[in-house]
Amino acid sequence: MPTTIKDKCAIVGIGQTEFSEKSGRSELHLTLECVKSAIEDAGLPFSAVDGLVTYSIDGSDEIAVARGLGSKELTFFSRVPHGSGGGAVSMVQQAVLAITTGMCETVVCYRAFNGASGVQPKSTDVGGPLSTDQIHWGWYNPYGLVGPASVAAMYTQRYLHEYNASDESLAEIAVTMRKHAANNPEAMFYQKPMTKEDYFGSPFIVEPLRQYDSSIATDGGCAFVITSAERAKELRHPPAVIRSVAQGSAYDQEVMTSFYRSSITRFPEYELVAKECYQHSGLCANDIDAASLYDPFTSAVLFQLESFGFCKQGEAHEFVKNGNLGVDGQLPCNTSGGQLSEAHLQGINGVTEAVRLIRGTSVNQPVKNDHVLATSGFGVPASAMILGKC
Amino acid sequence: MPKALRMRPVIGHDNRPWWDRIDEGELPIQRCCSCGTLRHPPRPMCWKCQSLESEYINASGKGIVYSYVVVHKPAVPGYEYPLAVGLIELEEGTRIVSNIVGINPEDIEIGMPVEVSIDAVDDEMNLPLFRPASR
Repeated sequence: MPTTIKDKCAIVGIGQTEFSEKSGRSELHLTLECVKSAIEDAGLPFSAVDGLVTYSIDGSDEIAVARGLGSKELTFFSRVPHGSGGGAVSMVQQAVLAITTGMCETVVCYRAFNGASGVQPKSTDVGGPLSTDQIHWGWYNPYGLVGPASVAAMYTQRYLHEYNASDESLAEIAVTMRKHAANNPEAMFYQKPMTKEDYFGSPFIVEPLRQYDSSIATDGGCAFVITSAERAKELRHPPAVIRSVAQGSAYDQEVMTSFYRSSITRFPEYELVAKECYQHSGLCANDIDAASLYDPFTSAVLFQLESFGFCKQGEAHEFVKNGNLGVDGQLPCNTSGGQLSEAHLQGINGVTEAVRLIRGTSVNQPVKNDHVLATSGFGVPASAMILGKC
Repeated sequence: MPKALRMRPVIGHDNRPWWDRIDEGELPIQRCCSCGTLRHPPRPMCWKCQSLESEYINASGKGIVYSYVVVHKPAVPGYEYPLAVGLIELEEGTRIVSNIVGINPEDIEIGMPVEVSIDAVDDEMNLPLFRPASR
């Protein structure tokens, strides 16, 4: 039994559907499509898959996916709670734990949905037993604090105030992610760069956040395959070896609305998974060559740059200037365009891009790519991992 | 067609006492019977001493704007936009999310003093709303 998961497993296959405003097919159909393409990318037979992982708010049940794959002996299935974001990298932890303890050998992690054309679940829907989540939203919805942007804006407003930061920093992030996407044929914003004038011309959705501070509703899906590092060596692609992976929930955590901590401009769940990832890998922020930072909103990037130690608390709004998040910058970030400009797939496309960065196949490939950080979650329990080479 | 109403809170054992006091015109804060720690939103267990015994005190209703947002969209039926939603820090130390009313949203500032009034927002629901303090 290993006493550490460091370098024991690797991501060996990635797959995705096209990203669009209207897929025209079911979420299960999208799921099976990207799962299939991930397994084929790994060069494994479908029968090799004996584990499946997704995260909550997923309409495609594990056994429905298994039936599509013709799985005869599925020995591990798991679903991470507090979905839409926090689960994307958490799935990796589930898979690694199962593989390193011999519960299964090869896990596919997936997420696909019709985020643009499909009917979104309504937070006011009440059915089944009374849940803590329903009680929770009752502290916000009656006042019209509804949806992720309104919550993100609350943190952002306080951040801008405390650090005397301007929305120029948010513009910088939005424009940089768009630039990356404009070069990515798979992105929703392929060949559609924008200027800061475009950014400042976009309407407010929830002040201080504008339309272009927000990610883009998308239909589509991604999947990836994890197996042991041993087995990975025999497969077709250079493996993205998992140096460390962490899941974290911190003091006074709510689902999105963690407004009651002494500070709401620090995110202890990010700080927790950063500490864990660095400790277990023996690496530090200086070792990270590129990152997929979960970016449902521009300001989430600021918060993570600080929590993961790329700059000091309160300084991220300066760090992002001067092209530091660009391909040639200090920390090439969200090189596919991220949730903001490639596609909003609740974080999973940040994982697949991190794998491409290690393989050296990103459309915006930085020269140095020994270690890549990928994160997920914003205001919910978070997760993060560090990928490296074989 | 009947006028759309604001979204309702789902009421259960853990939040009913709070909403009942709102209907009586008070702004309650949950207090641990064992160690006296105040907490909001209400929940069954004290995070400091793990006591399951709690009671409610009435807040003074005075506080400051700790943070705020101005919602433009998505526009949900039952609300008027632009809609100011504040994170209010009460002078007792707990925070609460509510609307900031009686002021142009453009004039709201972090740190400004506010005070509560319990208002009937429709025939069926009372909410604690905050407006600039008179002092």
